[in-house]
Amino acid sequence: MADNALFQFLLRMGDNSLILGHRVSEWCGHSPVLEEDIALANTALDLIGQTQFWLGLAGEVEGKGRSADDLAFLRDAWDYRNVLLCELPNGDFGRTLMRQFLYDAWASVMLGRLMTSSNERVAAIAAKASKEVAYHVERSGDTVVGLGDGTEESHARMQAALDYLWPYVGEMFDGDEVDAAMVKAGIAPDPASLREEYDALVSKVLGQATLTIPTDTFHHKGGRTGYMHTEHLGHLLCSMQWLQRAYPGATW
Amino acid sequence: MYAQMITAEASDEDPKLLEEFQARIDRDEKIEPKDWMPMAYRKTLIRQIGQHAHSEVVGQLPEGNWITRAPTLERKAILLAKVQDEAGHGLYLYSAAETLGVSRDELVELLHEGKMKYSSIFNYPTLNWADIGAVGWLVDGAAIVNQVALQRTSYGPYSRAMIRICKEESFHARQGYHAIMQMAFGTPAQKAMAQDAVNRLWFPAIMMFGPSDSESVHSEQSMTWKIKVRSNDDLRQQFVDQTIPQIEYLGLDLPDPGIKWNEERGHYDYSDPDWTEFFNVIKGKGPCNVDRLNDRTNAWEDGAWVRDGLLAHGRKKAAARTAAE
Repeated sequence: MADNALFQFLLRMGDNSLILGHRVSEWCGHSPVLEEDIALANTALDLIGQTQFWLGLAGEVEGKGRSADDLAFLRDAWDYRNVLLCELPNGDFGRTLMRQFLYDAWASVMLGRLMTSSNERVAAIAAKASKEVAYHVERSGDTVVGLGDGTEESHARMQAALDYLWPYVGEMFDGDEVDAAMVKAGIAPDPASLREEYDALVSKVLGQATLTIPTDTFHHKGGRTGYMHTEHLGHLLCSMQWLQRAYPGATW
Repeated sequence: MYAQMITAEASDEDPKLLEEFQARIDRDEKIEPKDWMPMAYRKTLIRQIGQHAHSEVVGQLPEGNWITRAPTLERKAILLAKVQDEAGHGLYLYSAAETLGVSRDELVELLHEGKMKYSSIFNYPTLNWADIGAVGWLVDGAAIVNQVALQRTSYGPYSRAMIRICKEESFHARQGYHAIMQMAFGTPAQKAMAQDAVNRLWFPAIMMFGPSDSESVHSEQSMTWKIKVRSNDDLRQQFVDQTIPQIEYLGLDLPDPGIKWNEERGHYDYSDPDWTEFFNVIKGKGPCNVDRLNDRTNAWEDGAWVRDGLLAHGRKKAAARTAAE
């Protein structure tokens, strides 16, 4: 169980960064200003880089000879373990940046905790990724503030983005038997234990952005367990996995 | 300011200043932003640097077309790093153009109105994964031949931008060749993709150097001013000579039956590209012109609220700082 739980945990980490990185990469060449094209490509690149580490380690832990690429390109939707937030379509630039901020804030808290993981490999990946994520959260947070507290239109769009995305935030703090095993082994924290720090960070930034956090505490779930993804994930995988599926066994 | 510049009459300029300017060029001195320069020199540079910057920006699109379908995590990461570089090159080049008294927004507006061009190559589609390798190897390869020459261009900021850009471009060309090598030496289907890419992109790539010297309207004056330091045909020949052995190494068929080593000249002979097609593409009738420009104008228009929002926020912050002082 311990190894399978670790495998599942690593898939959750790697699938989050893979699927979000993929979504962000969809912006290439279409952002509102050249600096944002650079920033979005840079963010996507960091996330894909983190994916290589998390899924690479997942493959090793699983012990069936699967590489990071095998895990990324040859699993179907039900085997994906990312939170639903990461797979939601980009929407407008405001929704993309709001989604990024809500994720970055979680990742910054999570990676900070993982740096003291009892598993040295996990701690090392977290140490590297946390440097990147510290920059991501600063940048996405600044943009959320700038747009939330910008014009009437930008404020309305950012509030709409927050209203749409907020019901997907709660899933990041759900726990199950995999998490219990990680806590027991000292590998990863209980997801619920991140909530206080997360809420403090998010409330501060959204407050500066003059945005209102919805009061409804309901949240969607099903991504991190794989029980029920959104309809969007299958389409994403169709594009992402196409070459590997169409030409099995080829080396690229 | 830009509109005034392009209508200014060059003939008004002091012959003595023109003579001194030419003497500086002839001594291989770099011209810097605050130096006196002929209006036509300024205008030519704005056209050329602006076009170059637009090419970097529009050039994200054919590669972006495959980022979401890159076949491995490493290829996806490499491609992301590459398009990020291209966008960065766009920034350096717009900055170089701004030293001539034109803003980035003005240049972008001229592009969107169809009054400025970008490289003809980006009006061709990327249809299979090997095209991404070919874009790095052939398209960036051709760009490097051109840009290495431009490192010696007479305008200082442009020359320095080229030096920096060339370093990154050589990485792009290497990764492109590596990607296509994997395919040429891979399965029969992969090799067929590689061949298809080379067949389709060869002529568009050699068109990147522009029309033949005899047809090139801007060449002569640009050479005198050392904005251009080598002719279109000269650069094209260098590219052909360096690329043919690379195609042979891959075991692919040559994309032009006219390619033959010419012992006497010490160069490869090759067929002329279809210049009618080239001029059609330049005039907006290439396979992707309309879609590429629509993509860019839509991105700009859809993003207006973002730019306005961030500017409004910046003004609020500045006002708050002033109030606090």
